[in-house]
Amino acid sequence: MLSGITIGQFFPGNSLLHRMDARIKLVLTFAYIAAVFIPRNWAGLAVAVGFLIFTILLSRLPAKLVLKSIKPILPIIIFTSALNIFYVTDGTPLFDWAFIHITTQGLTTAAFIAIRIISLIAGSSLLTYTTSPTTLTDALERLLSPLKAVRLNVHELAMMMTIALRFIPTLIEETDKIMSAQKARGADLESGSLMQRIRALIPILIPLFVSSFRRAYELATAMECRCYRGGEGRTRMKQMHMRAFDIVCIAVVVLMAAGLIVLNFVLPPVI
Amino acid sequence: MPVIETRNLSYTYSPGTPFRKDAITDITFTAQKGDFIGIIGHTGSGKSTLVQHLNGLLRPTSGQVFVNGIDIWQQPKKIRSVRFKVGLVFQYPEHQLFEETAYKDIAFGPKNMGLNDDEIDKRVRLAAQFVGLREELLQKSPFELSGGEKRRVAIAGVMAMQPEVLILDEPTAGLDPRGRDMILQQILDYQKQNQTTVLLVSHNMEDIARSAKKVLVMNHGRIVMLDETAEVFSRAHELESIGLDVPAVTRIFMSLRKSGFNVGPNAYTVKQAYDRLLPLLKKGGGSNA
Amino acid sequence: MAIIKAESVRFHYDTDNEEGAAQSLMVLDNINLDIKTGEFVAVLGHNGSGKSTLAKHFNALLLPTGGQVLIDGKNTSDEHNKYEIRRMVGMVLQNPDNQLVSTIVEEDVAFGPENLGLEPDEIVRRVHDALSTVGMLDYREHAPHKLSGGQKQRVAIAGILAMQPDCLVLDEPTAMLDPQGRKEVLETISRLNRERGMTVVLITHYMDEAANADRVVVMEHGQIIMQGTPREVFSKVDKLRAAGLDVPQPTELCYDLLGQGIPLPEGILTVEECTTALLQILEENNAGN
Repeated sequence: MLSGITIGQFFPGNSLLHRMDARIKLVLTFAYIAAVFIPRNWAGLAVAVGFLIFTILLSRLPAKLVLKSIKPILPIIIFTSALNIFYVTDGTPLFDWAFIHITTQGLTTAAFIAIRIISLIAGSSLLTYTTSPTTLTDALERLLSPLKAVRLNVHELAMMMTIALRFIPTLIEETDKIMSAQKARGADLESGSLMQRIRALIPILIPLFVSSFRRAYELATAMECRCYRGGEGRTRMKQMHMRAFDIVCIAVVVLMAAGLIVLNFVLPPVI
Repeated sequence: MPVIETRNLSYTYSPGTPFRKDAITDITFTAQKGDFIGIIGHTGSGKSTLVQHLNGLLRPTSGQVFVNGIDIWQQPKKIRSVRFKVGLVFQYPEHQLFEETAYKDIAFGPKNMGLNDDEIDKRVRLAAQFVGLREELLQKSPFELSGGEKRRVAIAGVMAMQPEVLILDEPTAGLDPRGRDMILQQILDYQKQNQTTVLLVSHNMEDIARSAKKVLVMNHGRIVMLDETAEVFSRAHELESIGLDVPAVTRIFMSLRKSGFNVGPNAYTVKQAYDRLLPLLKKGGGSNA
Repeated sequence: MAIIKAESVRFHYDTDNEEGAAQSLMVLDNINLDIKTGEFVAVLGHNGSGKSTLAKHFNALLLPTGGQVLIDGKNTSDEHNKYEIRRMVGMVLQNPDNQLVSTIVEEDVAFGPENLGLEPDEIVRRVHDALSTVGMLDYREHAPHKLSGGQKQRVAIAGILAMQPDCLVLDEPTAMLDPQGRKEVLETISRLNRERGMTVVLITHYMDEAANADRVVVMEHGQIIMQGTPREVFSKVDKLRAAGLDVPQPTELCYDLLGQGIPLPEGILTVEECTTALLQILEENNAGN
């Protein structure tokens, strides 16, 4: 019932994008997200979208998969587009009725922003699709390691994230099971007032807490059995190496961003 | 009229997607009042999906489920009342305990039925008695009890609804032999005394052999056998071909017969085997096939 | 040379009883046990017999309150030895779900070696070896939560093997598995013992799992009440039943028949042994007729 969520899922592969240094990939994804907000004209936006399509091809993942990542945020896209269509009233009016005024400028803005959001989501899902969650937290840990100087325990944070990612599917499954078990005892989860519904959650939340604590305790024991003693003296199986390809990628993204800025000066803005 | 009847029951997970999977296909069977049916099949054969249809936790993709002759999905709004007629004890049921005391936890089901306090009290005590929980344990927090006691509280919680059909999914999983024997015996006693229809899902063939009168075998979401226990275990080769074991004594009997000794029909409990072998083994009692 | 040596080990918890007075709960009571390199020892006992507590003493998860545990001569009570002992005595726990740390199988297996601070190349080599030893190499990029119980438990074993321990302690590794998973895990364990000479301590309440062991140790009330070869131990059916253990059907059948004066050998364990013994008597009887 609760399964079928694909955001944050990893699809193993061996493409250039899969093999990229995760740290660089993470930084460049953020850079790309920022770059998507630079263009004020169609040409610039086309460059940004073109770059995205190029990376999707590089990842060798089916384009359908990337499109699927858009699905959950479709309501947000529709909502913002609607807002833009109704609230931007500059430009040539196309439709006028009562309080609804639709203009060319409204449509342009709506389309422009929708494309921006889609690129942004598709770009970041490409990161999680091509990088395993553990590698990602690992990359984060390494990127944030300078913060150790200010006594922030980066390793523990990353470990917590890894464990959370590992146990989310397990806990979703468990919630499903507990809900079914309580329903089998006649629990009514679907009707009643708000208060009644909140109260109806108690038989689900308490067993879930109890089992999470039991799991936490057992996992801690298992980690001790495997000689875990924090980040000190710990090595990693997967090394992160910057390779020529990573440097090329950085250059390409920087060039693209510069190009987008130049385009903003050369071409008239459309929004 | 059968207590439970299914007609061409099928269920598909995530229909219309690439993850589409047929969990059960074309299941038709009936259970009469007082039946004790063992359900066996390897993991993923559809046993759990099937039993979750019988109390309306899952809605069939096609086909029907009848309880006392009435299609349970005729009035989807009243599906909750079906769960009081068909009680389902999940695997590791102790993981669903949540109340402050064992007593209150057992009372959860009866309370959801809308019974009055006297009736609830009567049922809780009766159910606790069936599973052999001492009075003083009832006022303890369920989380303070031992593993076996927790399991029994959870089973009592379903028994207290006094369902006409009691379904148990692996009720002895993870228990030690002593705890396993105790719970199995309690289920048998409960069934005998109340003439409840019991469906017992289990991987443990020896549990099934000891308790069930009939056995339903599932494979790849379909029923492949449904017959008297002795008949089902006599088809040991078929069972083994779908990844199921037969009780060890059944295998002994099959080997003896293969060697040409007439040892009679297959035994599936130690008691049966003992009774049948003893006269043959006593000097002079042997007879050639 | 004994890799594990328990000398008069006692362990007790201090708890408050219902009246709030301090009381001491003896869990291990004067345990003396030597486990030799390459040996396969099965420790049997019902829940609460102290067998899991004993296992936790073998890798310094628990420290004795009396006596001492020596691992390859190193005292577990010495804090300096803790991590070396945990590496030497690898421990696999009951619930396969709760001992996997990572979202990818191979990264999980790497967790132990990473904690040991090994070089990346060495870790890669060990992960590869460990996964192929348990037959899970093809699943190295899978997510653990999508594996079956038996597969998860094999990954857990690989995670321990990757630390290259001298001894494997498994605390009821099959209690939560279906028959197929049990078979997979048991085959893996006995192969490790046979082919690699790995010292194995298997804690279990299933007697049939102990049949392949070199030595069986039976515990009750925190004490060792019996030990010997599986045949020696399994011939004492009454004592095993009294200790709350499950006797395999062939053993039970032969024991009961033996009690009636049928001349069967003692300590029959398997279906094959039982069939052979029965056939011999049946044939003699026939010849006599």
